[in-house]
Amino acid sequence: MDALDRKIINLLQTGFPLTEAPFLDVAVQLGVEEKELLKRLSDLLENKTLSRFGPMYDAQKLGGAFSLVAVRVPEDKYEIVTAIVNSFPEVAHNYKRDHDLNMWYVLATDSPEKIDEVNAKIEKKSGLKVYNMPKLEEYYIGLNLPV
Amino acid sequence: MMDKAVADKVIIEPETEEKVILDDIDRKIVDITQSGLPLVSRPYNDIALRLGIEVSDVIARMKSMQDSGVIRRIAAVPNHYALGYKANGMTVWDVPDDRIHELGEKVGQLDFVSHCYQRPRFLPEWPYNLFAMVHAHDRAEASLLVKKIAELIGEDDRGHDILFSTQILKKTGLRFNQ
Repeated sequence: MDALDRKIINLLQTGFPLTEAPFLDVAVQLGVEEKELLKRLSDLLENKTLSRFGPMYDAQKLGGAFSLVAVRVPEDKYEIVTAIVNSFPEVAHNYKRDHDLNMWYVLATDSPEKIDEVNAKIEKKSGLKVYNMPKLEEYYIGLNLPV
Repeated sequence: MMDKAVADKVIIEPETEEKVILDDIDRKIVDITQSGLPLVSRPYNDIALRLGIEVSDVIARMKSMQDSGVIRRIAAVPNHYALGYKANGMTVWDVPDDRIHELGEKVGQLDFVSHCYQRPRFLPEWPYNLFAMVHAHDRAEASLLVKKIAELIGEDDRGHDILFSTQILKKTGLRFNQ
C-alpha cells in the first residue's frame, strides 16, 4: 500500500458521491486518472485491504431484527457450546472475549420474536443462561481510521 | 465496579424504529448493491440498465434512501485487521440513565469509535449500559483510548471495562432477506 492508496482509503471512508460519473469526481479531487482510481480500488478489494465498497444499509430499517447476546461458558464446555451456538444460521457473528461473560454472539433474524425463540433454544440446548442485550439506542455507526 | 451500580429504572424496551417503506424497485437496488457498487465509470448507470430504468431515477432513489437512513452512507470499509488495527475492544460503561443520550452522542463522535449503543443492564452482574467499540493497533493503545473516553465521560463514569476478542468463533456476512 502506497501513499496514493492511503489517500484513496482515507477519502472514500468518509463517503462517495451520488452523481453520474462519481469515480471521475473523486479522481479529480485526488488528482489522478479515473482509470487509475478504479484499478487501485479493485486491487484494494482484491487483496482484502478493503472489506467492501458501496452503500451501507441499516438492516433494521429494512425490516430485520438484531441482538447482541452474552453467555458465561465454563472453559470445559466451551467447545461444545460454541458448536451449539454456531449451528444456528441466525447467529451471524460469535466472538470469544476475555471476560467472565466469555461468549458474545450477534443474532440477525427477520423478526424480533425470532430473537427470543433462538435464545430460548440455545439456553435449552446448552443449559446456560443467555444475556440478551438488544440495542436500546444507537448513537453512531461508522469509523474514520487514518491509514 | 459492580457495587456502584445503581438500580435505575430503565426502560428495557428495544427501540421501535419506524420502518421505511420501500417499493420493489428500491428493494432491487438494495439487492444489487448490498455486496458492493460496480467498479465501472458510471456505476449507477450500470444499475439502471440492469433494472431498465433511468440513471436519474436510481440516483434519486438512493438519495432518498440516504435521507431516510436506510443507507447509512456510501463508502469504502477498510479491513481494520489488515490495516494493523489488531486490538479491537468492546468498551462498556456504567453511566446514569438520565445522562446516557448526551454521553452516547459525544462518545460516538470520537474517530476511533465505530459503534456506540445503549444496551440493557443485568444487575447486579452486568452494570454497563453504554457500549463503544474501539480500534487500536495493540492493547496498550486501546487502553489509552479507554482513558480518553473516561475523560470525556468524567464524573458520570461509574465504572467501565474493556473486553478484547480473543477468537473469532463465527463470522458470516449479513445478507438481508428481501
